[in-house]
Amino acid sequence: MVTLNDYLLVSGLFFALGFAGVLMRRNLIVMFMGLEMMLNAANLSLVAFSRFSHSGAAAGHMLVFFIITVAAAEVAVGLAIIVALYRAKQTTHVEDIAKLRS
Amino acid sequence: MDLPWIVLFTPLVSAFLIGVFTKRLHNISAGISILAVLISLGASIGVFLQPDAAAGSLSLPWLSAGDFQVNIGLKIDQLSKAMMLIVTIVGTLVHLYSYAYMAGDEGKGRFFGGLSLFMFSMLGIVFADNFVMMFIFWELVGVSSFLLIGHWYYRNAPPAAANKAFLANRIGDFGFMFGILLIWVTTGSIHFSGIAENLGKLGAHSTLATVAALLIFCGAVGKSAQFPLHVWLPDAMEGPTPVSALIHAATMVAAGVYMLARVFFILEIAPDALTVIMWIGAITALLSALIATQQNDIKKVLAYSTLSQLGYMVMAIGLVAKDAAMFHLITHAFFKALLFLGSGAVIYACHHEQNIWKMGGLKKLPFTTLTFLIGTLALMGFPYLSGFFSKDAILIAAYHHSQPVFWIGLGAAFLTAFYMTRLFVVVFLGKERSHEAEKAHEVPVLMWLPLVLLAIPSAIAGYDFFIKHFLTLAPHEASKVPIIATAAAGLGIVAGGLLYWGRRSDPMYLEPLAKKFYFDEFYAFLIRNTQDLLARLSAFLDRWVIGLTVRLVSGGTWGAGFLLRCFQVGNLQGYALLFGAGVVALFYFVIFQ
Repeated sequence: MVTLNDYLLVSGLFFALGFAGVLMRRNLIVMFMGLEMMLNAANLSLVAFSRFSHSGAAAGHMLVFFIITVAAAEVAVGLAIIVALYRAKQTTHVEDIAKLRS
Repeated sequence: MDLPWIVLFTPLVSAFLIGVFTKRLHNISAGISILAVLISLGASIGVFLQPDAAAGSLSLPWLSAGDFQVNIGLKIDQLSKAMMLIVTIVGTLVHLYSYAYMAGDEGKGRFFGGLSLFMFSMLGIVFADNFVMMFIFWELVGVSSFLLIGHWYYRNAPPAAANKAFLANRIGDFGFMFGILLIWVTTGSIHFSGIAENLGKLGAHSTLATVAALLIFCGAVGKSAQFPLHVWLPDAMEGPTPVSALIHAATMVAAGVYMLARVFFILEIAPDALTVIMWIGAITALLSALIATQQNDIKKVLAYSTLSQLGYMVMAIGLVAKDAAMFHLITHAFFKALLFLGSGAVIYACHHEQNIWKMGGLKKLPFTTLTFLIGTLALMGFPYLSGFFSKDAILIAAYHHSQPVFWIGLGAAFLTAFYMTRLFVVVFLGKERSHEAEKAHEVPVLMWLPLVLLAIPSAIAGYDFFIKHFLTLAPHEASKVPIIATAAAGLGIVAGGLLYWGRRSDPMYLEPLAKKFYFDEFYAFLIRNTQDLLARLSAFLDRWVIGLTVRLVSGGTWGAGFLLRCFQVGNLQGYALLFGAGVVALFYFVIFQ
């Protein structure tokens, strides 16, 4: 039997992997992929909760649709920003874009 | 308005008018001042002739804080009447003398303003009926002295001398103030009458009484230039000679003795303090007499002589003979003022030459010589002049009270005769030793008349018919003391005459005496080193205590800023890491606490 805990564990691992990718990769596009992975991990845990819940509302399933949509929109905007940044800085390495350094 | 108030406040009005309006108008200022002192003299004669009871104590409220009341009160009794007359008589003569002596001085108006201020302050001390009032006027007298010593302020020496006088006085006044506070706290009153009523609270022969008496005495040590605060009086000779006569011979320096006589009822219950007072007076008398024998400036000799005689007066207070002390104060006021004004005449005649070895042969000035001789003989205690009676009164008291002090007093008497003979012989007799001395001629009448007028009491003030109006003295007892004292004086005259007759320069040079026993050098050393020490201490405190605190604060702020700056990496991933770490910590605290 696959229990709820297993799904949650996987979801957590996904989140952690995604977060690690955000922290450790230098390429902006790869950072973005990590971000997407984090979102998907959240989706996974939502669906798992919804599946194993005993109410008939299936609210989790509904919310996942919203999240996927929003993620897609966010990716569009994010990539647009990255393209604009590339045009300005000619690089996708995040360390070279440290304009916020004090 | 009552007469005593006129005596006290006329000089103040004069000082105010001169100070505010007529400082530049020299003769008008002089006129106002002289008029004021004459009015004061007339009023004081009037007060003197009034019986004590009628005058009693008059009072103006001055300060009132809760139930603490200080009045400007005038105490009119035998003591204050005597002192009042001395101050006004000598003051008037000095004012008249100054008109001639200071003629042509660019600060004449300022000078007379200072003289008037002094008259007011001194009379305030004389009339004071409570400690606070006395202290206020005590300080005022110090201020007047400061202004008058430093009259020629554009020269180097006078301001320094004025500073020295004021500072030495302040040191004494510090103790004086503590004494007043102690007495006030113990007896609950600052009025002399109130203190006398509550004297039991001080406790006879107690440590408290001794401490209070000694602290009060500190004021006299400063004002009357006793050892060890005697160093300011010789330097005060930088002031014009009339000032030296009035303030530093006859009146201000005597204020210490007057104060001790006034509060004698407090000193009486502290015999240990009286012993200390006696010894300090004796030491001062002997010390300054020794120094005087080697001084070559005519005013310095007289200054040390004043110190010596003040020592006698203080010694007399210590010997529980306050009437003898006041007697000597009165006679001293006359003959010392005479001597100083006479020396002023000599200086004036020799065109402001003060070195006695550049004088000589001045017996051709008849009035000056004769009056100076009378003053000298009175000072030495020549039989039947005024000083004879007063000095012997003190010596008799010493003989019965304390033999060592008697011998010290006798020694000082011998030395007094010695150095005064030296002074007289060198200045007036023999041949002229300089151009100025050759050209000298008698001084104007306004200068020799006060000399003559002072010579009369110098001669006769000792006799009963004169002095009984001022003091009540113990009746004369037959004693061999006057004979011993006269013998000592005679020995001094002979020694001085033999050693100095016909000399062109001093045959003797005793360096410690000539250098005033190195007191000034010692004090300078002391002050320099304490100041150095204080400066180093302050620097240390400033750098390491206060500075450390400030630097810790500033360093701490900087360090905190440095640490926080590490968070501002500007690196996006760094921020994300911190964000994640914060979330984890939050989870930990929410779930596990």
